[in-house]
Amino acid sequence: MTDILPFLKSLISVSGLSGFETPVAKLVEERWRPLVDETSISRVGSLHGLKTGSGVSPRPSVMIAAHMDAIGMMVSKITDGFLRITKVGGIDVRVLPGAQVTVHANSGEELPAVIAMPSAKLLPETVGDGALAIDYLLVDTGLTSREVEKKVRVGDLVSFANEPIELAGDVISGHTLDNRASVAALTVCLEELQNKPHIWDVWAVATVQEETSFLGAYSSTFELRPQIAIAVDGTFAKGPGANGWQTFPFGKGVGLCMGPNMHPFLHKKLKDLAERLEIPWFLDVTPSHSGTDAYPMQTTAEGIPTALVEFPIRYLHTPVESVAVKDIQRAGRLLAEFIASLEIDFVETIKWDD
Amino acid sequence: MPTFGTAQLKLLEKLCNAIAISGDEGEVRKIVLEEIKPYADEVKVDALGNVLATRQGRTRSGKRMRVMLDAHMDEVGFMIVADDGEGLYRFETVGGIDVRHLVGKQVFVGRERTPGVIGGKPIHLMDAGERTRKVPLDSLRIDLGPAGKAKVSDRAGFATRFRRVGPSIMAKSIDDRIGVATVIELLKHAPSNIDLCAAFTVQEEIGLRGAKVAAQYFDPDLAIAIDSTPARDLPMFDGGENMTYNTKLGLGPAIYFADGSTLHDPRLVRFLQETAEAQAIPYQFRQPGGGGTDAGAIQLSLAGIPAISVSVPHRYTHSPVSIARVDDWKNTINLLHAALKRITPSVTTRR
Repeated sequence: MTDILPFLKSLISVSGLSGFETPVAKLVEERWRPLVDETSISRVGSLHGLKTGSGVSPRPSVMIAAHMDAIGMMVSKITDGFLRITKVGGIDVRVLPGAQVTVHANSGEELPAVIAMPSAKLLPETVGDGALAIDYLLVDTGLTSREVEKKVRVGDLVSFANEPIELAGDVISGHTLDNRASVAALTVCLEELQNKPHIWDVWAVATVQEETSFLGAYSSTFELRPQIAIAVDGTFAKGPGANGWQTFPFGKGVGLCMGPNMHPFLHKKLKDLAERLEIPWFLDVTPSHSGTDAYPMQTTAEGIPTALVEFPIRYLHTPVESVAVKDIQRAGRLLAEFIASLEIDFVETIKWDD
Repeated sequence: MPTFGTAQLKLLEKLCNAIAISGDEGEVRKIVLEEIKPYADEVKVDALGNVLATRQGRTRSGKRMRVMLDAHMDEVGFMIVADDGEGLYRFETVGGIDVRHLVGKQVFVGRERTPGVIGGKPIHLMDAGERTRKVPLDSLRIDLGPAGKAKVSDRAGFATRFRRVGPSIMAKSIDDRIGVATVIELLKHAPSNIDLCAAFTVQEEIGLRGAKVAAQYFDPDLAIAIDSTPARDLPMFDGGENMTYNTKLGLGPAIYFADGSTLHDPRLVRFLQETAEAQAIPYQFRQPGGGGTDAGAIQLSLAGIPAISVSVPHRYTHSPVSIARVDDWKNTINLLHAALKRITPSVTTRR
């Protein structure tokens, strides 16, 4: 199996906030091009890679999708050379003070900056030493106010800028591993499929705007009309502050999600396959909405049988999200094996167990 | 005048990237010793870990003043206090750190600089109330990864890398590596009219402990503490006038009148102001108020030592990333060098 870590590091070192995914889309397209038969960009910016199957045309197709957009911030006001910001996606504001960020300035420059927590005397007395609302935070580029006025405008994006680091035990840590780690898993799957015959067409899709509206998953599923769809995303790892039923042991295997968002038949197939291949897995249950691309994929067009493969990420939606590299490899391998196992008439076998 | 350029900024970069939490200043001490050895007549590392270097003057006529220059080597950070297993460690803060700066930051742990992160609970698993509450220190852990190992008692510091940005530098521990770099430069270019006593002190951030014994060792005629003071020159939340900026970036070295522990010697305040005016070096007065520097301990030592503080302003004190202006540092070195050259016994005799 190829070492996916260098590619994953480059994936989380490139920007691509929700709605502005082009930089990461380019990087992924470059990596996928030799692995698929054609690539294209959807009307709203999602990346499609088609790997043709060996079946007789018209062949059924499976869509495997991971979102490539990142949470971040946007400039909302410029004050005396400092920037006020607002959220893009679900950010915990409490991770922001002292965070290193990049301001993607209207001038075309990427300005290194830091998120400043003004001292208590500059804030309303009610704030005290409590958590600060995002309205009170400022971004400091270290430039003079004249330079800032010249380069930056309201609406410019602000992304996390801390560099990826490796932690002991084959773990990568950085921002935006949700969900670039899953884009890496799709890449592992495509690599595996290079030497594995498959009958079905495979649409590998890196979707846009999952963190805001699921735009990419809705639109690509509609356009590609796959017979079945599998979303790949991160879930919650057990760790400091996170030990509830929604959390899973870190680095101990892939999650197979079950709930109204999933087709039970697909779920069972994946489960049986994981057992057979001795890929460690755990059951993740979502009583309602999975909060992932699986929802829009399931409910698009006439409805698509959908499954969700995941792996645990620690500190989700912070700049130090951490994931075990071997779980990414496991997810990629499971997807590839599943795709290779699909018979031409698989769709007809999908049944409700009533 | 000492020259100022790439070499000085390289030295500052090395000093800021080093980690030296109060009580464990070895990494910075090593750099300081390497830098100063060729220039000092006498160097000693004392019982607390201070580096104390003397460079004698060369003039023979009249009394040469013994001038102590002080900068602290230590920085705020963390100490590992318990092992929770699987690479997770409890930690305590060392020095005045606002816990609100910690979630989601990268750190280096121990002498080997093992990389780690301070994570946070995912926002998805919180209710609305929890999202607006401060994250308490005892809920945080340093995570070295499942195979990570540290020792209880290891120190940890922010993993921020120094960088130059336009007119500024962004780095951790500008407080007080910029002072350390300043004293190194002044020792290298010490004027011949004084005996220069350079104190690179320990444990300033937890109670000015190193400076106290350093002053007692040197017994100087006067002392200058060179530190880095907060610039709170940010806009007020409601657009009102910021009355408590302390200092502002870009206005030059900050001369102290009064802080939380010291009324700085008025003769020395006047002397530095006159020097700056005479040399046309930009300077500013730090707003009188709280806070403190090593001058607080030095002034109270022995039979009393005339003391003053001069600081390079920086924003975001004791946080993972601070910002200072290169020109403010250059002007601080120039002001202090010009002042040292003018020092005579009359500086502290006239009232």
